[in-house]
Amino acid sequence: MLNAIFIGSIYALFAVGYTLVFGVLDILNLAHSAVFMLGAAVTYTMVVNHGQPFWIACVVGIAAAALMGLVIEHVCLRPLRRRGAPPISALISTIGLALIIVAAVEQGRAGSFFSWLWVDGANSVSFPANAVPNPTWKVAGLTLEASKVAIIPVTILLMLVLGYVIRFTQVGRGLRAVAENPRAARLMGIDVDRMITLTLVISSALGGLAGILFGLAIGDISPYIGRDNVEVRGLAVIVLGGLGSIPGAVAGGYLLGGIEVLALVALGSNARAGVAFAALFLVLVIRPQGLFGARLREKV
Amino acid sequence: MDFLTQLFTDPVGFYNSHTLLIAQVGINSILAASIFVVLYSGQLSLAAPGFMAIGAYTSVVMGQRWHTPLPLSIVAGTLFAGVAGLVVGLPVLRLRGVFLAIATIGFIEALRFGVILNLPITGEGLGLSNPDADPLGGLNIVLVSVAVVVFLLWRLTKGRLGHAWAAIRQDELAALSQGINVSRYKMIAFVVSAVLAGFAGALESHLNFFVDPNEYGVPRTVQVLTFAVLGGTGNIFGPVVGALFITTLPEIIRQVANYRDIVSGAILIAVIVFRPQGIVGRGGLAILRPAWWPRVRTRAPAPG
Repeated sequence: MLNAIFIGSIYALFAVGYTLVFGVLDILNLAHSAVFMLGAAVTYTMVVNHGQPFWIACVVGIAAAALMGLVIEHVCLRPLRRRGAPPISALISTIGLALIIVAAVEQGRAGSFFSWLWVDGANSVSFPANAVPNPTWKVAGLTLEASKVAIIPVTILLMLVLGYVIRFTQVGRGLRAVAENPRAARLMGIDVDRMITLTLVISSALGGLAGILFGLAIGDISPYIGRDNVEVRGLAVIVLGGLGSIPGAVAGGYLLGGIEVLALVALGSNARAGVAFAALFLVLVIRPQGLFGARLREKV
Repeated sequence: MDFLTQLFTDPVGFYNSHTLLIAQVGINSILAASIFVVLYSGQLSLAAPGFMAIGAYTSVVMGQRWHTPLPLSIVAGTLFAGVAGLVVGLPVLRLRGVFLAIATIGFIEALRFGVILNLPITGEGLGLSNPDADPLGGLNIVLVSVAVVVFLLWRLTKGRLGHAWAAIRQDELAALSQGINVSRYKMIAFVVSAVLAGFAGALESHLNFFVDPNEYGVPRTVQVLTFAVLGGTGNIFGPVVGALFITTLPEIIRQVANYRDIVSGAILIAVIVFRPQGIVGRGGLAILRPAWWPRVRTRAPAPG
């Protein structure tokens, strides 16, 4: 039960970044799962190989992810947008970038060109127990670890802040205007490119944070965690919640976490993923606007 | 440059020492043809690996359990994939664009995790071994099949069906108002695509000694999509050239094998940014056309 909430929080954080980009740009950013992995990998390397305290490592990890958001925008999206290319082109260029990021981390070994980034090659590692402050409490027979419990308030706080920014601030109004109609937004004096860059940076920072939390709670960090754990599940989550809807993505994240834990208990580990994707398929066929999306065109 | 040097100086030796690679190019070309059909009719369907898995497992299981002759089991796998295409197509073809793409991804992953990994007949997570595989003899079948598939699709896209698909791709509503039975032609495209993918899967399973369920997941679908987008979807030759390019690229850049994915990713981005119509686009192999050659005025149709 608690596991459902932990994993659901991670799915939600990841999917909010996914859905934010889709809401504003109508583009599926398939490099998002690589950014997720990068956040976790950089944080791990900072802690273990550069001997930094955990919180500094977290900041660096999130910064690296945010930086990657800039790269996505400038390399993969802006040249295509200038030309008015169809969204499928951006799908491919972000796949290309994801390949590059994963391969760069995968090649990180002691002595290699990428050793500053990662030294464990294709291996899976976890944060050393003494590097991360992790007190545990026993409540009513349950063992609560701080690293897992902290996920819940962090997620909720971030969602509230994000919701506030989008709904009530000048920047948020700009974002919503761009999502609604980029050309009209430009005519109103909004710097569309800057808004889109900002979207990518926020989205990627959230993705990186989700990666760090995943590394903490699941104890598994490797070049493949993004691809294997959240890439397709992230899609499932944002579809469950309605594409482009942030509250939908949060709800979808917890829902998928719940479904998966139930399926794991009831049917075994293979069925777990199968049930998630079957749910995705059914929701799309029966209710393409998502379980929570009332209107199909609702964005951000 | 060993690879390219040998190709040009010693083609026979090249053929003999790279049969597996050539066969893989052939299989991937058929897959590229499969996704070409759906893209050409304006549907972003990513279901190919799912139908591949159905074709592969059907033909191998038939061959092993009932000892059916090879052609029969391949045909059975292909047809079964087509039937599955019909069943899956009925609900999903109401969806468009990225929704269709995500639904088909849901289909392949639900099939892989939900069905294949849980059925005893498919060997669950272990896959199936296929001791009767014939990598060398299979090569000729593959090459002939590629030629037939490419020729058929080339003729098909020039005919009534192809025009209907192109019309639907450009504007579904306009096509409907011209009396084109949109849902019927979309379904035909989807089933043809499923049949081709099933055929590719059945063929591939008889080239390898092992059917691995993890082959039929999302990475495969991404690869197939890149064949089409890199090559260009204006005509059938684009995706086939894309398949040839992507499949042989790792061999060509073998010196930097460690950084293979980095180079592939960079090439992918470069083509999308600098050559959006694909390698083959705008009147054939535009790169190779000499300057004096008459320029064919065609509009490059945008996929998806």
